[in-house]
Amino acid sequence: MQRIGVFICWCGSNIAATVDVKRLAEAIASEPNVVYSADYQYMCSENGQQLIKKAIKEHNLTGVVIGSCSPRMHEATFRKAAAAAGLNPYMVEVANIREQCSWIHKDIEEATEKALILVRTAIAKVRLNAPLKEGESPVTKRALVIGGGIAGIQAALDIADAGFNVDIVEKNATIGGRMAQLDKTFPTLDCSACILTPKMVDCAQHENIDIISYSEVEDVKGFVGNFSVKIRKKARFVDETKCTGCKVCMEKCPSKKGLNAFNMNLNNRPAIYIPFAQAIPNVAVIDPEQCLKLKTGKCGICQKFCGVGAINYEMKDEFIEREYGAIVVATGFKPIELTNFGEYGYAENKDVITSLELERLMNAAGPTNGVLLRPSDNEHPKVITFIQCVGSRDVSGCGKPYCSKICCMYTAKHAMLIREKYPDTEVHVFYIDVRTPGKNYDEFYRRAAEQYGVDYIKGMVGKVYNENGKLMVQGSDLLNNEQIVIPSDLVVLATAIEPEPSVRKIATLLTASIDTNNFLNESHPKLRPVESPTAGVYLAGVCQGPKDIPETVSQASACAAKVIGLLVKDSLKTNACIASPNENMCNGCSQCANVCAYGAITYVDKEFRLGGGKTEVRRVASVNPAVCQGCGACTVTCPSGAMDLAGFSSKQIMSEVEAICKR
Amino acid sequence: MQEIKKDYVPNIVAFCCNWCSYAGADLAGSARLSYPANVKIIRVPCSCRVNPSFILKAFQQGADGVILCGCHPGDCHYVTGNYYTRRRMALLFDFLNYMGIEKERTRVEWVSAAEGAKFSAVMNDFVKTVTELGENKRLTDLRVKEGE
Amino acid sequence: MDFKEELALLNRISGTDAKKCMKCGKCSGRCPAYHEMDVKPHQFVSYLVSGKLEKLLSSKAIYSCLSCMACVERCPRGVAPANVIEAVRQSVIRKQEGNAIKAEDIPPIITEEIPQQLLVSAYRKYNK
Repeated sequence: MQRIGVFICWCGSNIAATVDVKRLAEAIASEPNVVYSADYQYMCSENGQQLIKKAIKEHNLTGVVIGSCSPRMHEATFRKAAAAAGLNPYMVEVANIREQCSWIHKDIEEATEKALILVRTAIAKVRLNAPLKEGESPVTKRALVIGGGIAGIQAALDIADAGFNVDIVEKNATIGGRMAQLDKTFPTLDCSACILTPKMVDCAQHENIDIISYSEVEDVKGFVGNFSVKIRKKARFVDETKCTGCKVCMEKCPSKKGLNAFNMNLNNRPAIYIPFAQAIPNVAVIDPEQCLKLKTGKCGICQKFCGVGAINYEMKDEFIEREYGAIVVATGFKPIELTNFGEYGYAENKDVITSLELERLMNAAGPTNGVLLRPSDNEHPKVITFIQCVGSRDVSGCGKPYCSKICCMYTAKHAMLIREKYPDTEVHVFYIDVRTPGKNYDEFYRRAAEQYGVDYIKGMVGKVYNENGKLMVQGSDLLNNEQIVIPSDLVVLATAIEPEPSVRKIATLLTASIDTNNFLNESHPKLRPVESPTAGVYLAGVCQGPKDIPETVSQASACAAKVIGLLVKDSLKTNACIASPNENMCNGCSQCANVCAYGAITYVDKEFRLGGGKTEVRRVASVNPAVCQGCGACTVTCPSGAMDLAGFSSKQIMSEVEAICKR
Repeated sequence: MQEIKKDYVPNIVAFCCNWCSYAGADLAGSARLSYPANVKIIRVPCSCRVNPSFILKAFQQGADGVILCGCHPGDCHYVTGNYYTRRRMALLFDFLNYMGIEKERTRVEWVSAAEGAKFSAVMNDFVKTVTELGENKRLTDLRVKEGE
Repeated sequence: MDFKEELALLNRISGTDAKKCMKCGKCSGRCPAYHEMDVKPHQFVSYLVSGKLEKLLSSKAIYSCLSCMACVERCPRGVAPANVIEAVRQSVIRKQEGNAIKAEDIPPIITEEIPQQLLVSAYRKYNK
């Protein structure tokens, strides 16, 4: 038998002016199970709380109902007060007689009548309340960073500096990501490698960071604080511990016709290679699609010349399993494929290139050693035309509906660098809008136009065609209301960017929410911008939305702060209002697991006694209390009614319905 | 059967999700946007917690209308809960209609935590609609309404 | 016809939402008949948005548009400038009389490859 105490708050005159609180308290006193009923001016005040605590002790209350403001306001306050008096905090229910009664009604009779029903409803619920306890789950003090670009590097360094172990899983043979491919960075024009490679070295030398390169995340189990991750370490065919990065193998390899992905396929590399000079780890890797020994069994030259015996053609993929407390996703981006944009002639003309290809052509470590030569004939281009928004802001289905955000700035950068290095070059830029919000960004763009004489043309290009070796760029000049044709030597397309496609698989593994453009969703667009709705998963860089380097770095550091905040805890308090199955009723159908957005439900085989010494093994649902968020989707979907939600059980809601409908 | 009383006020049960609509109702309260007193709210963690049997129970116990409020599609606090609600209720309301409980007596509305005005407008409109329909007698356990 | 009706008619015949235009000018950048037109393809869309109907209805360009649909094909926002031009053309021609092709003359000349829009617009033009 529950012993319930009811406390009616006046809230000054907020409630008392429209609800006859005295009459309410008296009427409630005669309700079944109610052993104590009181009213007070401000229940949430120190004195009001004392009143509650005293009544709990004196009247041995097992349940408390408070008629006051919204539970969203003071439920926590009253629960704390109850706990201080030795009552389980989940035995407190609040009847909302302010926001949902006194404030919206004017007639005292009507409002008092409604308040009575609302308090009765809360009493009906409290009768069926059961004491609940928050669970605890331990935290593994190690973080995983997926992706070794600037986002992953920054996040890893920040977490490691706070004293936690971090693993970076990178799918390529080296960390560095897209930033390593860039030549200069806007708006300061400092060399990308000069600011990135020291950070890469820091990562390699940091005692708390373990770089797992040429590897991919294969499987993720567990939940916040307790992830268990399986990592596939792809066969490199070179022993990382032995290779010294001397590059003799690269010189001797007879199969030299592989496309150099680091240089955007603009030149070739041998079958055994180190992606670029500053690669971390500085260890070779063999491309099995290209290596003669691996394909035909005949060759083995690199093994012969390797002074340290690092080459091993027998190497197989390996799997590593590790435990983590938090996961940072920093999978980055790639430029979109241009197959839908035949009008720019990218497929037919070697001298129509993407901006990322131009980065390599201008980079001192690139295929032309930093001399700007056009790909078709290695001549200096004299007229260069840039086309912006190629595939961005496109809702026709060919491209991406969003603005890629970085193109306006990098196009201004390219135009400026070219005009500075080769002043005799004519540079045109077709733009729809120039978008340069950011510190010193608009100034940067204006400098390109004003100081460096870059010709900005408001309009879009309709087609690019080849006429006697010249690339004819036909487009509109909207401000002059003209259609113009610019005979150019090189055309650069500011190609839209999209999330690295592998993020889709990772999102599925992590049950992280993802949008139609393959960008990972943040928990709240303004207030929780670096957290995934899945607890323990954090987002850094372009995997969450288009952004430039400064923004990526800020987001990565923000991620690190969140991860550190999680990892310093020894254990996590879990939600008390969680689902749990009645195992006698569960038939193991998996319906609940299918609707759970958090992957909180798994199945276990459990032995049940049948009587007479017999037992049977059945498959039943099992809810992980650390992961369950308490939404209740599973409770409704369960065909046998086995699943119920603590704090909002079916019986409780049913009795609330009954109390409301009773006249 | 009883005749409809002259001063008939329908009894309405509103299920509100804790994160959006319940907060929207609170906001309506703070802004003093009134709606009839016969609307009584039950707080649920998510609209997807509402089992069809709760709605059947309400009608059985003498409710004249049941309204279910949740976060806007795509804004669910629990990622996908309100999509389940949308599908479940489409089926249930069709079924209730077949049973003779007019479609107008049941409703799903999306009300965000910022939409106090919408909450009040929706409730006023729903009460008006149900009042015009009169008392619900289908499914009702008549003992409930005939009084104690 | 008053202004509102005319505007509604043009919007209805064109079947395109001119407000989706982001003013990039790709239509005019691609147009092969650009130099023959007094009102350019992007201006057709822009005038429709801003309601400058007299400029549209008095344009000569409606007879120089080839209806090649390149602008429709290339528009990144799914706006169809050629359809707007066609709508203006129809609106103008409907006000004149007796210059439309007879329905029974159409079937023998149609092949399957001909786009419908081209057929209709071509008939309007060359039947004057």
